[in-house]
Amino acid sequence: MTLTNRSKKTDNSELSIVENTYFPGIFKGMGVTIKHFFSKKATIRYPEQKRYLGPVFRGHHILKRDEQGRERCTACGLCAVACPAEAISMVAAERVKGEEKLYREEKYAASYEVNMLRCIFCGLCEEACPKEAVYLRHDKFVPVFTSRDQVIYGKDQLVEDMSDRYLRDAWTKEDMAKLWIKQ
Amino acid sequence: MDTVLIVKAIIVVAIFAISMLMALYETYAERVIAAFIQDRVGPDRAGPFGLLQPLADGGKLFFKEDFIPTKADKWLFILGPAIAMSTALLSSAVIPFGDTIIVAGQKIDVQGMDVNIGILWIFGIVSLGVYGILIGGWASNNKYSLYGAIRAASQTISYELAMGISLLAIILMTGSLSVKSIVLGQHGIDWNIFYQPLGFLLFLTCSLAECNRTPFDLPESENELVAGYHTEYGSMKMGLYLFSEYVNMFISSAVLASLYLGGFNYPGMDFVYSKLVGSFGEVTGHNIATALGTITLFLKIFFFIFLFMWIRWTLPRFRYDQLMNLAWKWMMPVAIVNLIITAAAELSGKPLLYNWIGLAIFAAIYFGLFPIFKKKTVSAN
Repeated sequence: MTLTNRSKKTDNSELSIVENTYFPGIFKGMGVTIKHFFSKKATIRYPEQKRYLGPVFRGHHILKRDEQGRERCTACGLCAVACPAEAISMVAAERVKGEEKLYREEKYAASYEVNMLRCIFCGLCEEACPKEAVYLRHDKFVPVFTSRDQVIYGKDQLVEDMSDRYLRDAWTKEDMAKLWIKQ
Repeated sequence: MDTVLIVKAIIVVAIFAISMLMALYETYAERVIAAFIQDRVGPDRAGPFGLLQPLADGGKLFFKEDFIPTKADKWLFILGPAIAMSTALLSSAVIPFGDTIIVAGQKIDVQGMDVNIGILWIFGIVSLGVYGILIGGWASNNKYSLYGAIRAASQTISYELAMGISLLAIILMTGSLSVKSIVLGQHGIDWNIFYQPLGFLLFLTCSLAECNRTPFDLPESENELVAGYHTEYGSMKMGLYLFSEYVNMFISSAVLASLYLGGFNYPGMDFVYSKLVGSFGEVTGHNIATALGTITLFLKIFFFIFLFMWIRWTLPRFRYDQLMNLAWKWMMPVAIVNLIITAAAELSGKPLLYNWIGLAIFAAIYFGLFPIFKKKTVSAN
């Protein structure tokens, strides 16, 4: 019984006199290898060249700002609750007068910390966030750390830089589904 | 006299340095070609495009432990790689890397030495080279090393026969054993490969076997013999073995290019020579023409090195009985037939035409009559 018709039949018949000189086989094989010699390589020079991992890759965390450069996070704590690894912790603070340019809502995260040793990059914080504030970047890895005091990422490493805004093709699950269908 | 001596010394040192440099970058080329054939990009960490990779490999080998097993014969153990390396380097002495250069009014060969038995010198040294492997394998006091060494010895002996006989055809055509006169006899595009296509194939195959390269790398077949004759070797002794293999590859490419592809000859060389002499004068023009010839020879050598590596990363290793069958039952008789055809063609006075006619008759007999004969024996059973 055959499941597919991709399997090649083994030819056990005796070699003909021409085949017995090895030359047809050798030339055929050399042709195959020279074809691969000039073909596109399967590997890349990794740290210098990187592959596009798709819009849904879950990498470095980011706290988004809105169009006017105000932090979107209101320190509701839903991400911390959703986090299965309990990697996220935050301290909420109330916005005072004059800080409207900095924070979008009346409440904001005075400190927001992600413990990268605990984080499993599941992306549940991204799904839990009601304010579209926390995302896992698709284009940046969390770098390798060598000591424990580099492990806890504070707001200085997480909040979006307005001069180098983070963009991606799809922000929500629905958008991603549409993108997927389009492809 | 003095200038001749100095220029000759410079040429000898240059040939030595170039052999080493070629061997160094052959290791790099081998890795890159292997990578390309396997759809990878190859070494690229050390220097631009990984060009410093051979130096890094060499440095690594120097810093590894130079280990000699307790039960090994210490002096032979050291002698093995030394012989392998020195014989590999010696054989480049008689290869003409160019025509002549004119320095201080004297014509000097671009060659280590032009001995009148040059090709015998190469054969002698290559046969000595197997001593390096044999002594190393024996001194290791390890059955796998010994197996590798014995395989290397018997393989070299077997393939030297077919190699020698196919070479005899060349000597018949040229009437000289000197490599220089063999090369000079192939002026322009009058290369020996057009007279000796079968001999060239035989010689190429034997060169692969003599260099212990795939598909004939039985002496170091890692799936049977750990690593063959250099199982017990480490550090730079191992490095010398590997290195001598690459030097051998360079030399045999040079020999192949000299014997069959016309060495430093290239089509239209007389026209180029007269142009160069016309525009640069007798001395400078001559020297530039020689340099062009040397570049041509190196292009041919690069082609053969690439071919060797291409074959290595295409063909699987022979089984040992297949190896011996090929040498004794196929290549030897075919080489003898080739020799007879060449001798007859030389006598006829039109060697090119009659060589091809002879080969065509041989092919017709082999492919036409042999199957009928074979069928009869099968039906008789």
